[in-house]
Amino acid sequence: MPVLTLLVVLPLVGALIVALLPTRRPELFLPVAFLATIPQLVVAGYIAVEFEVGTAEFQFGESQVLFESLGIGWLVAVDGISLFMVGITAILFPLAVAASRSITYQAKTFFALLLVLQAGVFGVFVALDLLLFFAFFEVVLVPMYLLIRIWGSENRAYAAMKFVLFTAVGSAFLLASIIALAIITGDQIGALASFDFRNMLSIEITRTAQLWLFAGFAIAFAIKVPLFPFHTWLPDAHTEAPTAGSVILAGVLLKMGTYGLLRFNLTLFPEATVDLALLMAALGVAGIVYGGAVAIVQSDIKRLVAYSSVSHMGFIVLGTFALTSQGLEGSIFLAFSHGLTTGMLFLLVGMIYDRTHTRRIADYGGLATLMPVFAGMFLFAAFASAGLPGLSGFVGEFTVLIGSYLTLPALAIIAGFGVILAAIYLLWAYERMFTGPVTNSKLDGIRRLGAREIVILVPLVLLIFALGVYPSPMFDRIEPSVEAILDRIELTTDYDVPEFGRADDQIDIEYGPVESEGEADSHGGGDSDEGDHGGNG
Amino acid sequence: MVDYLWILVVLPLVGAAINLFLGKRLGEPLAGWIAFVVVAIDFIIGMAAGVGFITGNTVPETVYLFSWIPGLGVDAAILWDPLAFLLVFIVTGVGSLIHLYSIGYMHGDERYPRFFAYLNLFIASMLILVLGANYAIMFIGWELVGLSSYLLISFWFTKPAAAAAGKKAFIVNRIGDWGFIVALMIIFATFGTFDFGTIFREAPEMFMVGSATITAITLLLFVGAAGKSAQIPLYVWLPDAMEGPTPVSALIHAATMVTAGVFMIARSAVLFELAPTTGAIVATVGALTALLAAVIAIAQTDIKKVLAYSTISQLGYMVLAVGVGAYSAGMFHLTTHAFFKALLFLGAGSVIHALAGEQDMWKMGGLRKAMPITFITMAAAWLAIVGIFPFSGFWSKDEILYQTFDKGGAWLILWGIGVVAALLTAFYMTRLFVLTFIGKPRWDEGVEPHESPATMTIPLILLGVATLGIGAWNTPFRFSFEHFLEPSFEGVPHPAPIDWTLFVVLASFILVIAIIGLAWGWWRYTRDPLPVEDGSFWRNALAAFHVDAFYGKYIVAPGKAIASWFADFVDPKVIDGAAHGIGRGVRETGSGGSSIQTGQVRWYASGMAFAGVVLVVLFLLFGGGI
Repeated sequence: MPVLTLLVVLPLVGALIVALLPTRRPELFLPVAFLATIPQLVVAGYIAVEFEVGTAEFQFGESQVLFESLGIGWLVAVDGISLFMVGITAILFPLAVAASRSITYQAKTFFALLLVLQAGVFGVFVALDLLLFFAFFEVVLVPMYLLIRIWGSENRAYAAMKFVLFTAVGSAFLLASIIALAIITGDQIGALASFDFRNMLSIEITRTAQLWLFAGFAIAFAIKVPLFPFHTWLPDAHTEAPTAGSVILAGVLLKMGTYGLLRFNLTLFPEATVDLALLMAALGVAGIVYGGAVAIVQSDIKRLVAYSSVSHMGFIVLGTFALTSQGLEGSIFLAFSHGLTTGMLFLLVGMIYDRTHTRRIADYGGLATLMPVFAGMFLFAAFASAGLPGLSGFVGEFTVLIGSYLTLPALAIIAGFGVILAAIYLLWAYERMFTGPVTNSKLDGIRRLGAREIVILVPLVLLIFALGVYPSPMFDRIEPSVEAILDRIELTTDYDVPEFGRADDQIDIEYGPVESEGEADSHGGGDSDEGDHGGNG
Repeated sequence: MVDYLWILVVLPLVGAAINLFLGKRLGEPLAGWIAFVVVAIDFIIGMAAGVGFITGNTVPETVYLFSWIPGLGVDAAILWDPLAFLLVFIVTGVGSLIHLYSIGYMHGDERYPRFFAYLNLFIASMLILVLGANYAIMFIGWELVGLSSYLLISFWFTKPAAAAAGKKAFIVNRIGDWGFIVALMIIFATFGTFDFGTIFREAPEMFMVGSATITAITLLLFVGAAGKSAQIPLYVWLPDAMEGPTPVSALIHAATMVTAGVFMIARSAVLFELAPTTGAIVATVGALTALLAAVIAIAQTDIKKVLAYSTISQLGYMVLAVGVGAYSAGMFHLTTHAFFKALLFLGAGSVIHALAGEQDMWKMGGLRKAMPITFITMAAAWLAIVGIFPFSGFWSKDEILYQTFDKGGAWLILWGIGVVAALLTAFYMTRLFVLTFIGKPRWDEGVEPHESPATMTIPLILLGVATLGIGAWNTPFRFSFEHFLEPSFEGVPHPAPIDWTLFVVLASFILVIAIIGLAWGWWRYTRDPLPVEDGSFWRNALAAFHVDAFYGKYIVAPGKAIASWFADFVDPKVIDGAAHGIGRGVRETGSGGSSIQTGQVRWYASGMAFAGVVLVVLFLLFGGGI
């Protein structure tokens, strides 16, 4: 069964269904859109269950040549890295839809766009043809732009434009680099061009070319992450975006950046990675401290959460470029966990905004008395975000920090300050909004959290808790893929990965070919038998 | 086999969950009783599992539960040894009594079940901390007790002071945790594991005494310990933590959580033995903290504030002990202190309860008649902390000072500081005791003090008995306590054998010092009228020498200024300044003044394609790709 294609197609079908709903039945839009996200959740669940543990091979592969002469094809698959990106996408979209009850203006379009967005994001995470990847990367931009532009708050035009402009600059570099890489690849395998990721793994790229290509990819992804100092679009976009937009932006879209760095920069340009790791990690750490510091002094709760994202994403980048198995594993774990915790924070902020229509922290005070359950949920999310052990955020951050110290001790030590900053900005915000006496009379009689809202939050609470207590099933799936990336770096450069904590019994450490179902492809080296092709560059 | 020990952690968690979700339905006092029973069962299980350590029939063992973070080799595992057992004894023993006490004390509180949910959560967290078989699990407990502490200090969150105090406690502790985390980074980079057994086995083989690596690790661990155990310069959160309900102060901020730092150092004794420099720093910080806090305690007027500074001071003694390398003595003082300080706090709580919330000692006095049980039990605790023979504090404090003195040389200075602190301790505790129970009543009109209900007095009595009894465990005539802990300090050199003459001389000397302090306090505060205390010393000491203001001015304010500079200048002016430049160019070329939206999107598409082509060409020409 072509499950990955299904993942991309299903939301589009859903979007179509929503678009075809009669305009005079607005009460149907949200439930139908919500139901339209459920099949994806089921498919993603199926993939997670059927995913073979203990191998770095790409699974559920599908391959269909589209333009043979240019080496373009429909090539999709997942490994232990993309699996969790697919997972967080499948989890957050239903919640984002469910939390959008306050959208009344052009609601049909809104939900249809959300579903198109989901299709694009799934595509980004499963595409292994780089042109296909780029196409999805860009497709995502349009609905997100519109979500902010049309359903955002006061300053939405500026924020939406800023979002597009920043990303577009990066995309230009990305496209150029992809085309150049495809031409180089084609040159070496005797074709005009090839966008096939597997072929790209099999060729040799000179060091100079690696550096250029690395830079081209990295600029695009750094803006997406966003890495300091490319982050300023994020607070604006978050602040203006509707709740669903913020949740998806923070929970899923930013991960496209870290995913891209991991999948393409580290894997395709190992020499450049080793050369530039320090720079990238340093920018990550700059983001941790800078984002954390700026978050403290925000007077707008949504901006505060946005800056906290800058800080957390810095951890992910640090872990990625520490080039240790712990750092990488922690990064992927944290990317998933950040989707849960920050997603939850944005959902919560949205729920309170729906009631009061203010994001100013100073307009609140004493909310814990008025809305005890909401306060408890917020505090839970805040502590999860601040990396409290027993909850998922800690596992990711801790693993990143320990793993980063092995190769980048000074940066890891500085990054540790991020943990202090997180406690300051979150607890101070909580203190100002939730504790003390109720000072703003407008808050009197504020509606308590309804059953629908609690139902939206509970899955996140359970997941954050479960992953914090028992994270190893997730690590078991991430580890082989991470080891494969590191082995490739070790094989092609003189870099040695620190050994501590790495499993001794790693057998399958080569990048296996994509398992394609049924169809033999023409790119070479992609048969479904195991392990004799692939990463032999 | 003690495979079942995970129950110790799970039981209070279940208790917490029950009270969190069903508490309202259970109501008062059932919610409290459930919480109490859970901890009492924990106590029984813990004692049954560990009694063999006292009789010498049980050997330490590690119980593997499940793999937690495989990439770091971290297992959820329990290390069951005398040290863990001792802490389980204190945490569940004192803990269950304080749960019992709270059933009465929290009577009538709107969020009664929630209080017990948090209290149970604390017990579970503390047990994770003390039972963990590796630093990572210990760190989990370490952070979770911080969470429980935050929740309980801020329990009455509608009071801004309580909310602020909880936040402050958590943040100051996080500063210490930074040290702990960095220590963990180095530990993993050095040993490739967090497992206690492996690290303590390998460290002495891998490193010489005085090695830089171990010194760094231990110093950073101490930064963490200084946060949790309220040492200079991170002690400032503990006095504020008194905003929490009094049982919380007794359990968390006196008997158990604040001693976690001392416990952590004792647990890491093998490492600290390899780092004498760290030991000296630890001991010095401990001694100075003991002195500073004692000086501040003298001038406090709030009964709980006196006890808070007294706790900081006593923690200083424990830290001094572990810094000196007298781990058993430190743990012994930790044990005795847990009982007598919990008793003092609960006694104070009983007094506050009786006086309808009054905490100012100048408005107490003469309570001995109205509250005989509180009076007698608190008298035992008072004599214990002052260090009067044969009460428990005498034995434990005495041993710490003896071991410090015995090292000779510059250590004598620390011993001297410890002696002065002991003198001041005797003075301020007598001041507290006399102002509260002796003399004429000074309470407000209409207040009618009464003895507390049985749920409150029974814990007082039991703690009083323990305070009297526990000291005997380690009378220097039978070093049973040290012998009992021996399996936990394998590989740690024994302190030098006791020089009995010296021991008796020093003990007598300190006893005389304590009696002088006591007599001085008694004489000063039984006078009529009471002395007026508003000289410059009294004012400054009452304000804790303005350390909070100093931190606010020289750390918090500059930090906020930098953050604001980032937020108000760097982001909008520097980074966005550049971005806006590009943006303006776009609007002018792309839209030509027409509809912004379409113009910009059109630019986006064409600009991107154009830039893409240029870049590909440039790259292929100069990038060396082909």
